[in-house]
Amino acid sequence: MSRLQVVSGKGGTGKTTVAAALALALATEGKRTLLVEVEGRQGIAQLFETEALPYEERKIAVAPGGGEVYALAIDPELALLDYLQMFYKLGGAGRALKKLGAIDFATTVAPGLRDVLLTGKACEAVRRKDKNGRYAYDCVVMDAPPTGRITRFLNVNDEVAGLAKIGPIHNQAQAVMRVLKSPETAVHLVTLLEEMPVQETADGIAELRAAKLPVGRVIVNMVRPALLDEASLELGLEQTPRTAIAKSLSAAGLGGARRGGVAERLVDPLLEQAAEYAERHALERSQRDVLGELGLPLHELPLLAGGMDLAGLYELAKELRKQGIA
Amino acid sequence: MSSDPARNASNASNASDASKRSGASDPARHADATRRLDPARTLDVDALIDDPKTRIVVCCGSGGVGKTTTAAALGLRAAERGRKVVVLTIDPARRLAQSMGIDSLDNVPRRVKSIDGSGTGELHAMMLDMKRTFDEIVEAHADKERASAILNNPFYQSLSAGFAGTQEYMAMEKLGQLRARDEWDLIVVDTPPSRSALDFLDAPKRLGSFLDGKLIRVLMAPAKVGGRAGMKFLNVGMSMMTGALGKLLGGQLLRDVQTFVAAMDTMFGGFRTRADATYRLLQAPGTAFLVVASPERDALREAAYFVERLAADDMPLAGLVLNRVHGSGAAQLSAERALAAAENLDESRIVDQEDGKVGVRSSHEAPGHSPESPESPGGSETADSETVGSETVGSEAQAPSELHDAHPPVAQLTAGLLRLHAERMRLLAREQRTRDRFTALHPEVAVAEVSALPGDVHDLAGLRAIGDRLAAGTDGDPAGAA
Repeated sequence: MSRLQVVSGKGGTGKTTVAAALALALATEGKRTLLVEVEGRQGIAQLFETEALPYEERKIAVAPGGGEVYALAIDPELALLDYLQMFYKLGGAGRALKKLGAIDFATTVAPGLRDVLLTGKACEAVRRKDKNGRYAYDCVVMDAPPTGRITRFLNVNDEVAGLAKIGPIHNQAQAVMRVLKSPETAVHLVTLLEEMPVQETADGIAELRAAKLPVGRVIVNMVRPALLDEASLELGLEQTPRTAIAKSLSAAGLGGARRGGVAERLVDPLLEQAAEYAERHALERSQRDVLGELGLPLHELPLLAGGMDLAGLYELAKELRKQGIA
Repeated sequence: MSSDPARNASNASNASDASKRSGASDPARHADATRRLDPARTLDVDALIDDPKTRIVVCCGSGGVGKTTTAAALGLRAAERGRKVVVLTIDPARRLAQSMGIDSLDNVPRRVKSIDGSGTGELHAMMLDMKRTFDEIVEAHADKERASAILNNPFYQSLSAGFAGTQEYMAMEKLGQLRARDEWDLIVVDTPPSRSALDFLDAPKRLGSFLDGKLIRVLMAPAKVGGRAGMKFLNVGMSMMTGALGKLLGGQLLRDVQTFVAAMDTMFGGFRTRADATYRLLQAPGTAFLVVASPERDALREAAYFVERLAADDMPLAGLVLNRVHGSGAAQLSAERALAAAENLDESRIVDQEDGKVGVRSSHEAPGHSPESPESPGGSETADSETVGSETVGSEAQAPSELHDAHPPVAQLTAGLLRLHAERMRLLAREQRTRDRFTALHPEVAVAEVSALPGDVHDLAGLRAIGDRLAAGTDGDPAGAA
């Protein structure tokens, strides 16, 4: 089991939800996990229905069996000041740098420095040990940037190490890269059964592999329940006469089956919805095939009927455990 | 009359109950109707894109809500309605880009062929190449020697290859360029999938303020401030600062940054001016912002945030495009009733199986067929062959035989259709709730709903269909638009 689990995915696929569910799933049976947010969106706080997270590790949930989930929203500016303080005792100079706009510069404009700080902080949490030599966290789960940016985000340390050929940033970047490229790390991609996210997942995996970053699993999120079986779809829709459906609706207590009757008027819209379902179903099946060809463990999480809430999160965590992902 | 107050009271309460009931249902229905027919204001997309005063449309919103598709569909529709349009996309899906003929990255608008319409309209499209856009600025603003010094600087190469903020800045820069060329009467812009949806508003200012800020002067301190006696005090502070930076970045990177900054020196004023100009362009009357969202909680929360931020920055918001809204042609049938009916059908099927025959049929069936019934659990084939039999026997028997002989059993199929419908109605209700929450917070925002397509869009026909749905706006019964 990799101790740094990075979760990425195209925008709108629910990667934050999956990351949170994974942190929860990995915390069961007395373990302790850290859920890390790097994009300053406060998505984790919203998901766990708590107030905005500060830049500090704080317990946000208890997992079944007594485990704990901690969360941390990394603020790059504070992370940089932290870092300066920790390594260089630059207290006053750090403040002066901030005044000059250097911190703002370093964390927003300077090439990759922001990303170095974010990945650096996560790697520090992975490696941190307590007094007894035990790891502070059994596992760190990162809600990472979207698929389109993930390789650059994780690989930025390589680039920075090249840019800063000596000095502490160079060393820091290399240390982070050693963690990220080792089996200690696994990068998971969240997708939907739709063409664009699947395509982006395939592209993302190719990029990760080219950069020698360890790809973990593909998680298909929001899978709709199968409501009509394939036989009904293929045979029923084409061969069943409209009048028979009207009569059946009528028999079920939905009004008259005559032309213009209440039940009869339901037939067209219901068949139209079924045709849409069939089209989507076929599309989903072909996308599932594409995902199958990626040669990675594939997991599916159901679309929650009531929308996403805290209870739903525990449900997804249970599902992940059931599928052996945690 | 007043002798029985209890009764009166009860009458009154009955009456008030009744009126409450009807009242409750009336206002509810009324509110419902108001919501459906007029969720807020309806965004008239055609009026927006037809208006010659509209020169720029900016589509913004969180990732995965269909921004790029919306931008492309709007551009196509405007062109087919006679305008000369250019669409600037940031990161289109490959097949969408191919369909518009812009899959090659050359940072120049290409004319899109085979659009319909009156003939005067034109559609051009381009995909942003941020590195090239940055390079072009450098080349345009520095002499040859200085330009090549900048372009070869390792710090510049990393900066321009797309770290935080560069893409946003370059998108706005490109927009300014396109507008300045004045070759198109409408520019439709897609915005980058920012980590924070609003980075593209901040990026120009941020980069601008960095480039002519104090930090630059500190970085250039060894080169520039050095000699001046009056600056001596400052100079000490600054060399301490560069010392700290050098310690942090490593000497060689600091030198790269310093050379970069020195080479860029003459261009800083220009950057600032351009960033300010682009920002003002966005606020100008010819610009319209469209916030794009899908009817999901996160996307609409982000959309609300956008609306507030645009207002705070005095950016002109035209409205909200709500993509992938579901509808139903059978909305009169509620999820609960559909499910109850499906259960009815299931029960009758169980009864039928116990009888060994499809229930409805037995009354019409010749009794002699009954003995075959025990094999019916696996016996849809039997049923089928009997169908043929009954049809050949007499056409009058056809109506009942249709009912029970089609395979798979009609009841099962119908139950499936009803369950599908129940799911659709629940989805509708969920989408409605999410949207109402947004509308309650921002009743002033006009909304155009785009009914969901079952598949993905990756050709002009698909974009045209989206355009039609966009223009159909809100009709409260989005399925009707389908």
